[in-house]
Amino acid sequence: MNIATSLFAGVLISSVAAYLGTLMLGRRMALVAGPLGHLTLPGIALALIYGFDITLGAFPFVILGIVLIWLFEMKTKLPVEALTAIVFATGVAAAFLFLPVEQAEAALVGDITRVGTFDLLLTAALCAIIFSVMTMDYRKLLLISISEDLARVQGINSKKHNLIYLSMVAVVVALGVKLVGGLMTAALVAIPACSARNLSRNLLQDRLLAICFGVGSCTLGILLSQILGHPAGVLIILINAAVFVATAVFKS
Amino acid sequence: MNRILEVENLTVELEGEKILKDLSFHVDEGEILTILGPNGAGKTVLLRTLLGLLPYRGKISWKKNVKIGYVPQRLPFIRDFPLTVEEFLRLKEVPKREIREVLSSLQMANPSLLDRKMGVLSSGQFQRVLVAYALLGSPDVLLFDEPTAGIDLGAEETIYTLLNRLKTEKNITILLVTHDLAVVYQFASHCLCLNRKMLCFGAPREINETLLSKLYGGKVKVYEHRH
Repeated sequence: MNIATSLFAGVLISSVAAYLGTLMLGRRMALVAGPLGHLTLPGIALALIYGFDITLGAFPFVILGIVLIWLFEMKTKLPVEALTAIVFATGVAAAFLFLPVEQAEAALVGDITRVGTFDLLLTAALCAIIFSVMTMDYRKLLLISISEDLARVQGINSKKHNLIYLSMVAVVVALGVKLVGGLMTAALVAIPACSARNLSRNLLQDRLLAICFGVGSCTLGILLSQILGHPAGVLIILINAAVFVATAVFKS
Repeated sequence: MNRILEVENLTVELEGEKILKDLSFHVDEGEILTILGPNGAGKTVLLRTLLGLLPYRGKISWKKNVKIGYVPQRLPFIRDFPLTVEEFLRLKEVPKREIREVLSSLQMANPSLLDRKMGVLSSGQFQRVLVAYALLGSPDVLLFDEPTAGIDLGAEETIYTLLNRLKTEKNITILLVTHDLAVVYQFASHCLCLNRKMLCFGAPREINETLLSKLYGGKVKVYEHRH
């Protein structure tokens, strides 16, 4: 596929991922997106073996993962981190039960060059929906993260909005596997938001910087992969990490 | 006097433990009701139940279409976000004009305050911003969870003189959780003594040492008693 398609898809995915990430930091939930990413691996494996879109394969497994973690948490009352670790390892193991080794790279680090016209349209539609919902719901979601009591006193249905937020994270994780693979989608959500937090003086800057860092790293990563021949996913994450280190140094 | 809140036989049970048992009291418009009791007495649970945040048995009836403002004790997660005072107040989703009005009525119209980060405010300023937040939307009632006593809010005003002013100027009804007996005697119209069950409900002058030692356990000396 041509590089414009890859770039366009990459920019869309990384911008909404970064946008969602700005709220995830406060919710102390960045870790949750990580295991969700890993859970996509069996779905990606199936998609690669049977030749359908990997986002479509990944998505049901993300939902399954959320439901499993939620059920186990209710049943066992163990910390969510511990449960996600269990579900995470299961996802990786299950993937490699089926996935031929020569196909593993696309599952692990992503392959944005596989994105075709249909993928791009699907990605664009989903990203547009997430972007609008985030913009409409941002204040409500933020208030819920700060104080669920205050939010509920204001008549905000916190359960409903939490579910909407988690669903959006699930969709972005499923989209992100195309760009950076099942192991690193969490980073796509978390790193730009962390870098932005290092520099931002208010919420507006926070969101704008996160999206800029996400989009910038993605664009640079895809372009560099054309020159260097490394997978784009690997470069995108490394550039994001470098940005984070730089913002940490400059943090006043 | 119009009744704004009527509570009958209120019982709250959380995870199998009775936190509040068989409370009955009422509040009239324009009153200040102080809720007094030791730690773990269920004061915050009572406020949260009145706000509709917790399941309960019994009856809580607010006046029809009452608007409630809530001032929580603290907001520990707010430091997770780089939000400014203005961005915080905008979470109430009211017009900017109303934010300006409320801030000036609290004598905090200083424009530079709006751009300060919530995380760097002094505890007095922080509390005042929380009160401002609660006042947005013109509530009829303010539920106030244990303000730190005696914080200087600037302009020689404590949180209590501020509350008193709100009551006089805007006829706001106030339910206030406190440890501070001086507040009860100086500002309250009624007092509710709570230690899981209700130990008293009446005018502040009815509170005496016998009742307080029953409430707090052990000997308590009433050292300030001004009417």
